[in-house]
Amino acid sequence: METLITVLVGLLVTVAVYLLLSRNLIRVILGSAVLSHAAHLLLMTMGSGLKKGSAPLLGENAASYVDALPQALILTAIVISFAVTAFLLVLAYRTYKKTGTDDLYALRGFDDE
Amino acid sequence: MMNNIIVMPMIIPLMTGIILIFLRTRVNSQRILSILSSIATIAVSLVILNRIQHEGILRLDFGGWLPPYGILFVADSFSMLLVVTTSIVTGILLIYAFSSIGKQHENMFFYPFIFFLVAGVNGSFLTGDLFNMFVCFEVMLLSSYVLITMGGRRIQLVESIKYVTINVLSSWFFLIGIAYLYGTVGTLNMAHLSVRVAEVGQGPLLTVISLMFLIVFSLKAGLLLYFWLPGSYSAPPTVVAALFGALLTKVGIYAMFRIFTLIFYHETAITHTAIGIMAILTMIGGSIGALAYNDIRKIVSYNVVIAVGFILAGLAMSSEVAFQGAIYYLIHDMIVKALLFLIAGTMIYLTGKAKIEEMSGLIRNYPMLGWLFFITMLSLTGIPPLSGFISKVFLGQGAIETGSYLLLAVAFMSGIFVLYSLLRIFLNCFWGETIISEDDDVPLKKGMLVPCVLLAIMTVAIGIGVEGLVPYVSDAARTLMNPDIYIEAVLQGNR
Repeated sequence: METLITVLVGLLVTVAVYLLLSRNLIRVILGSAVLSHAAHLLLMTMGSGLKKGSAPLLGENAASYVDALPQALILTAIVISFAVTAFLLVLAYRTYKKTGTDDLYALRGFDDE
Repeated sequence: MMNNIIVMPMIIPLMTGIILIFLRTRVNSQRILSILSSIATIAVSLVILNRIQHEGILRLDFGGWLPPYGILFVADSFSMLLVVTTSIVTGILLIYAFSSIGKQHENMFFYPFIFFLVAGVNGSFLTGDLFNMFVCFEVMLLSSYVLITMGGRRIQLVESIKYVTINVLSSWFFLIGIAYLYGTVGTLNMAHLSVRVAEVGQGPLLTVISLMFLIVFSLKAGLLLYFWLPGSYSAPPTVVAALFGALLTKVGIYAMFRIFTLIFYHETAITHTAIGIMAILTMIGGSIGALAYNDIRKIVSYNVVIAVGFILAGLAMSSEVAFQGAIYYLIHDMIVKALLFLIAGTMIYLTGKAKIEEMSGLIRNYPMLGWLFFITMLSLTGIPPLSGFISKVFLGQGAIETGSYLLLAVAFMSGIFVLYSLLRIFLNCFWGETIISEDDDVPLKKGMLVPCVLLAIMTVAIGIGVEGLVPYVSDAARTLMNPDIYIEAVLQGNR
């Protein structure tokens, strides 16, 4: 299972890199979102493996409990990446309204001052 | 335990920021509250710094979870020196903001985001947990995204796209590095990490992970990977640029010092050599950039790059004396870079131009500003009575001790390029024919001059009164050199 998830992470990173390298601003943002999901999956898989014990609750009588820390980390990271992606989307919209383009080639350099 | 005070340098700015949101339209109350809060942060930080000298490293375990299980804040001399400097520089920059930023910004949550930024910066300095450091970095970066775009001019929007994207990417690397590190050694507490890494030995796997962290912090600090820096630092308003130039790169530098002195200090032949080479290339690239441009903002931004290379040359040398030099330079650079950015911004405000060949003879119109620039230039170059001198002495001594002559040569050469690049501004803009006549002379506001004077006084004071700083800095360097002191303070035997 871990191997499968790792391959999936690799696939997500490939997609994300492809999107990040494109000229379209929206694609870049989508790429950054996919990239963060790859990181979250990797965090879960790297942590202590996927589900090996029962949920870390006191009521559950189990021999082993799963490590809860990676999930706490992922939760925090998801919130952060949500905020950053939301900000980037607004930024892209503002930039589009101001410059009339979402092509990154047209946006390089500045000459208005 | 009365260690709760450690969290104050982060909590005070955070709470102030939240309160200020509700005072949106009341600009005057915002100003008063922000000044009071800055003074409180400075006072608290100074108290903590002095307590460390008597009681050793302080720590606060949140929720009573003993390390290595809980998240904790650790205050040692190194982090507290930076917190103190951050608080003071921010306080002074706020005064500049009052007279320069304009009502539109003040109504649009400018001050709250300054405080959120400071909370993130102070949090990154104080935290003793790697993931918590990631979170504090994000707090700082999100506020910086807002500050860089606020105003919404075209150049700001265009530059911030690059800035945000590159930081998203480096945060991603940070997260991946944390994932690998947690998967390998199973902890994220920095002291505990240090113990575990020393136990299993820093093999090739851990060295590769450490190089990932090197990439992350190089992107944040602008070590070699500084291509995004000059553009984004010349886009925002003066105060924001000064804040970025003074604080943001320093957080990356701090993290690099922490990681490579506390955790990954076993394979210096690989990691520290890489840092050394990157520092040399950074100084060379920064010097070329500082000479190549005619835009004041670009020249000043490239000066930030040179300083980053200079400070991390100290880390590459990895000796106690070199660390002392680097710490002195960090403190000095935070103050003087803020001053340099403020003066450059003020010059652009007064003349309405940014190219050096378009200004001339400003010293006739604004003598005070001219002399302040002169002091800044001397201080950055490291002329004796000013604050840049002592760090160069220590760094040179460290370089000779460790036999890093190439680093020494490049570091001191970069000083000459700093001098030349600033001298170019001074000769072109302040000397020569006065082109602004007495009539259409834009008056220099007192509120703009006072912060510059305060910062200039600080650089002179640090230069002359460096004796007062010695105990703190030598304690900080000693802790960096001996990770056991830090580990013992955090884990206290329960390993």
